[in-house]
Amino acid sequence: MKMQYGFPIIVGLAIFIGLLTAPFAVGTMTKTYKQPELKLPANEKKCIESTEFMRTEHMQLLNEWRDWALRDGKRIYTNHEGKEFVISLQNTCMKCHNNKADFCDKCHDDAGVSPYCWDCHIQPEGLK
Amino acid sequence: MLELALKGSKRYYGWIAFLLVLIGIGSIAYVNQLMVGLETTGMSRDVSWGFYISQFTYLVGLAASGVMIVLPNYFHSYKTNKHMVIFGEFMAIAACIMCMLFIAVDVGQPTRMLNVMLHPTPNSILFWDMTVLIGYLSLNLLVGWTCLQADRAHLPHPKWLKPFIYISILWAFSIHTVTAFLYQGLPGRHYWLTAILAARFLASAFCSGPAILLLVMMITEKFTSFKMARNAVSTLVKIIMYAMCVNMFFFALEIFTSFYSNIPGHMHPILYLFAHADSGLVTLMWTFLAFAAISITLLVTPQFRNNLKLLPYTLAILVIATWLDKGLGLVIGGFNPTPFETITPYWPTGKELLVSMMVYAIGALIVTVLFKIATSVKKETGDSQLLPCGCSSEDACECDSEEAEAVPAEA
Amino acid sequence: MKNNRRTFIKLAGIAAAGLAVAPKAMASSGGHSPVKVNPEAVHAKQWAMVIDTTKVHTEEAIAELSKVCHAIHNVPSIEGKREVKWLWSDEYGHTFPEQENPHLAEEVHHRTYMLLCNHCENPPCVRVCPTKATYKRPDGIVAMDYHRCIGCRYCMAGCPYGSRSFNWGEPRKNLDLSKLNPEFPTRMRGVVEKCNFCVERLAVGKMPACVEASKGAIVFGDLYDPDSEVRKVLREKFTIRRKPSAGTEPCVYYVI
Repeated sequence: MKMQYGFPIIVGLAIFIGLLTAPFAVGTMTKTYKQPELKLPANEKKCIESTEFMRTEHMQLLNEWRDWALRDGKRIYTNHEGKEFVISLQNTCMKCHNNKADFCDKCHDDAGVSPYCWDCHIQPEGLK
Repeated sequence: MLELALKGSKRYYGWIAFLLVLIGIGSIAYVNQLMVGLETTGMSRDVSWGFYISQFTYLVGLAASGVMIVLPNYFHSYKTNKHMVIFGEFMAIAACIMCMLFIAVDVGQPTRMLNVMLHPTPNSILFWDMTVLIGYLSLNLLVGWTCLQADRAHLPHPKWLKPFIYISILWAFSIHTVTAFLYQGLPGRHYWLTAILAARFLASAFCSGPAILLLVMMITEKFTSFKMARNAVSTLVKIIMYAMCVNMFFFALEIFTSFYSNIPGHMHPILYLFAHADSGLVTLMWTFLAFAAISITLLVTPQFRNNLKLLPYTLAILVIATWLDKGLGLVIGGFNPTPFETITPYWPTGKELLVSMMVYAIGALIVTVLFKIATSVKKETGDSQLLPCGCSSEDACECDSEEAEAVPAEA
Repeated sequence: MKNNRRTFIKLAGIAAAGLAVAPKAMASSGGHSPVKVNPEAVHAKQWAMVIDTTKVHTEEAIAELSKVCHAIHNVPSIEGKREVKWLWSDEYGHTFPEQENPHLAEEVHHRTYMLLCNHCENPPCVRVCPTKATYKRPDGIVAMDYHRCIGCRYCMAGCPYGSRSFNWGEPRKNLDLSKLNPEFPTRMRGVVEKCNFCVERLAVGKMPACVEASKGAIVFGDLYDPDSEVRKVLREKFTIRRKPSAGTEPCVYYVI
């Protein structure tokens, strides 16, 4: 069976797929991704949980913190080592990570996400 | 069947382009509202719902009204209506979508709308309103589309569809009842806190909805070869007449209860709307009463009711009256006077009206496309078509067959 | 039973995976959740407030309390019909519209009354909220989760006291950003907000800010504890509440 308009269809498809994949191709050829350099707290070596856990799970943890604190009125979190922390983004997390731009934004910008935390919560460097 | 919506005259495409322009203009206002918040509207902390929610309420009535054609057809085998049914169902689809859009443009955080489903809360009437609206939309899509497809293939309507049809008829009553519950269960809002509100909503829906449908059908007849059966029209007009009388009777009940009991909370909103508000609103509320009286007079008098030349005007007057009552006064009177007996005037802003125009234009677009499909199918199957003498092919009226061929076909 | 060993390893694997995600899986009300109440927190079955209007009844005095409240909660100051307020004042007729008569004792009639969320025992706002963004806590406080609010404003239609404010625009535009309380968040546009009975202060054993600033004119305590200070005042003095006919059982009482 002969394909009708075979040539323009194939060419069109090729151009379409080419354009679709162009950003990936150009990206891998010209740039290599570097992990962002985070500014870690100077006085504190350990976060509330392990670095790996915090890196992958901090959003889930914050979600649970919110419900525990707001809905259940339980505002003390005990970590896996038995150490206790007050549940508060502004008054616990950001007391150590005292710069949103040097910490939060670094990865969030690279990952292209903009969580709406800071629409309400006040970043440690203040608002202007 | 969707391909039928793509083949149309220049006029058809021109109309669609015009609607798209309106949608475009309205969406600029909506994007502005998204960027700066609802401060673009005239609403305030005392009048926290406005034009959007009142349009939503009015259109739930339009969605429910299709049942006034569907119910006689299926429950009473009143087959004169059978070629009108699809238009009632398609109108309901457009109305449901407009309702949802009016809710969507009203919320402050539209990106979080799904929270209503992610955190289902059965004690909130808004949750149930969402449920019944989505249900009604789905039922009408399913029933309307399946029936029309069967008609097109000259097949009987499938048997499995029956239960869905019966459910959809009962469902129509539920959507407007639930919408009334949204209002009538709130303490401290005396204008809404009345057991008869749901009944009044249904009565108002069953006159205004079919009236709107008839007006749209009359326009449809101008541009297509579709012609409503004369008996179907006269039956529907009678239903409109009774529903409007019941609607105004219920309103009179409200007035009696409020003023004979002399309870201040019940009298104040009515006095506000009809006497103490700014003169514009007061004039509109009296227009509602005057137009209601005129439309009832025209409908109950047989020679006016049966006058097809006069009918569009009668229906338009009725639609304006019911809209002023439910689409304007209801929300303003519910919030004013406030529960602490102060007055905070409300009037929609231009941007609010532009966004509303966008939603109405989207609704008109949906109606246009769906009615185009339905009328094309009816033309294919030769049902309910205009005869040269001006009758419908469903009417028992004898037309000259020679003239029939001379009628120019027009899409 | 050839597969026994394989099944065992599989199950062990699932159990291990379960342990790894344990903190996530623990329900907020579960027995072994890693959270607990701050030991300093004060508790009640139903928090309630008694405002002695013989002691605090001038616009200026209430404006002072309002200033304290609005400052610590970062409440924006907006003039006009779109104002946001957690604590405010109004005249007798607007406060107790159903309990007014034309020959009321002049002194009582001319007082200004302090208003705030009534933290009703039977709150209509909680009943109507379609997302549980506003809810009643076990201690009776009607609280809000601003993260979840979709801004439908059904709660505002439901509240017969006007205790709820909507952020029609960007609230931070109307805040002095240099004077924010860095310990408390602001709100975003498109959500409803209201008085929270200083839940964040109760959690660390402090009394609500307005109670502290009122120099004894406002009493706060557990309505269900017969020995609480609130109950003591309610036993001794004549009090009324706003709109009792609405059936909401407000927990803010006024000594007249």
